[in-house]
Amino acid sequence: MDSEKLKEKISSLVPEAHLEENKQFPTFLIPPDKLKFLATQLKENKELDFDYLFCLSGVDWGTELGVVYHLNSTSLSHSLELKVKTENREKPEFDTVADLWKTAEFFEREVWDLFGIRFNGHPDLRRIFLEEDWVGYPMRKDYTDEVNIVEL
Amino acid sequence: MKEIINLPVQSIEEEEYHINMGPQHPSTHGVLRLVVTLQGEIVKKLQPHCGYIHRGIEKMCEKDTFQQIIHLTDRMDYLSAHINNHAVCLLVEGALEVEVPERVKYIRTIVDELNRIASHQLWWCSFGMDLGGLTCFFYGLRDREHILDIFEESFGSRLLHSYYTPGGLMQDIHPNFQKRTRDFIKYFRRKIRDYDRILSGNVIFLNRSQGIGVMSKEIAINYGVSGPSGRASGWACDIRKKYPYALYDKVDFKEILRTDGDTYARYMVRLDEMRESMKIIEQLIDNIPEGDYTAKMKPIIRLPEGEYYQRVESARGELGVYCISDGNKNPVRMKFRTPSFVNLGVLDKISRNMKIADLVAIGASLDLVIPDIDR
Repeated sequence: MDSEKLKEKISSLVPEAHLEENKQFPTFLIPPDKLKFLATQLKENKELDFDYLFCLSGVDWGTELGVVYHLNSTSLSHSLELKVKTENREKPEFDTVADLWKTAEFFEREVWDLFGIRFNGHPDLRRIFLEEDWVGYPMRKDYTDEVNIVEL
Repeated sequence: MKEIINLPVQSIEEEEYHINMGPQHPSTHGVLRLVVTLQGEIVKKLQPHCGYIHRGIEKMCEKDTFQQIIHLTDRMDYLSAHINNHAVCLLVEGALEVEVPERVKYIRTIVDELNRIASHQLWWCSFGMDLGGLTCFFYGLRDREHILDIFEESFGSRLLHSYYTPGGLMQDIHPNFQKRTRDFIKYFRRKIRDYDRILSGNVIFLNRSQGIGVMSKEIAINYGVSGPSGRASGWACDIRKKYPYALYDKVDFKEILRTDGDTYARYMVRLDEMRESMKIIEQLIDNIPEGDYTAKMKPIIRLPEGEYYQRVESARGELGVYCISDGNKNPVRMKFRTPSFVNLGVLDKISRNMKIADLVAIGASLDLVIPDIDR
């Protein structure tokens, strides 16, 4: 499917999806409550058939926290980028996609570990790199640690 | 006393217990801890514990310039350091729309493939060692030494080169580079036959690798297992073919695919890939064009505001770099989608209901590099 058709299709599935212009991949900003619905559609719908989640990154934009999903279809070879954002820095939460793409299981644990974003319905949400008793989420922009971070 | 004797033996064997494999274990090739739940000798569940060598490379990148980031990427997958450098260089060049000289593309492609051969040689020799063939270890390291010598002469170091830089290369290749590379290909074409003779047809090796750790194509895609491990399951995921960069669209090489998806298939894919890499080098080494070894770049690199994604085929699979820039000299976010981290995720799935000795073979066939997992 070419990117114009893909954009139309996503817009018809989730009308609230906001298309971001001039990107490498067709990029959509999705309201968090629609994420699970859209992800399921992307995976299950044979016209779209996004079976390969090749990257999942947590991002701290300064005021907002969020997750960026990079998806690819191995059979139809089109790609898509999805973003979800939240301003809730105290308890950010999104739905998990680990049940659709198993590769997200590790990625989401990493995002929870370093950004403190919870994924509802994740089978095993524990910290992956740091100790369980580590205080704070190091990849956030407002994280400070006078002992372990050396500023040059 | 009587009670102890009458303990039902069956129940002890059915009981599950945990053992730690690692963080210091010869077959994990680094500091990876696997908590294995066993029933007798059968693996029931496996939980990887990472983070023993987590250095926060992504956090460090947020304070560094793009030239400095190159040096950090060496330290992720240290066995394919050049290829990691290449990813960041391509990202910066793509964002700034810089066209690198033809000479640079030739050298980068050749060096990438030499690096891939060196990485696969080290994988081959440690794979043989894990399965009890210690001779392999000496053969592999002996041949890898030739490549490291070539690297040392041209780039000044043997493991962490930081040879690529945005826009080109740090310095030109050594005058001996072409001759020594040609000699190496001639030498290794002869020696790779020994690899087949000592391991590929060995009956002990076949028994320990065929039908062990079978991964279907669906599992490979769902778990995102790319690289030689994914191609052994029949998934055509070679970035060099799908999204060509450097000179990969101009050279003739085959994408090695197998459909068995077991440990032996993953072994054979890597072995054949070494032959394909030699084929690529042979096509390029004689006609490196004259010219500059770097394009003209500004001393301070500022990427235009936006997001960039670049992927390359590292020796272990798809390496992705995701960068968000706000127009400053440091990126806002730099994410490395490293192949080892993703490939580790499938280890639990494919080693369930296998013997614990097979776990060593499966783990070795995925070719995990621990600093690449932890970053």
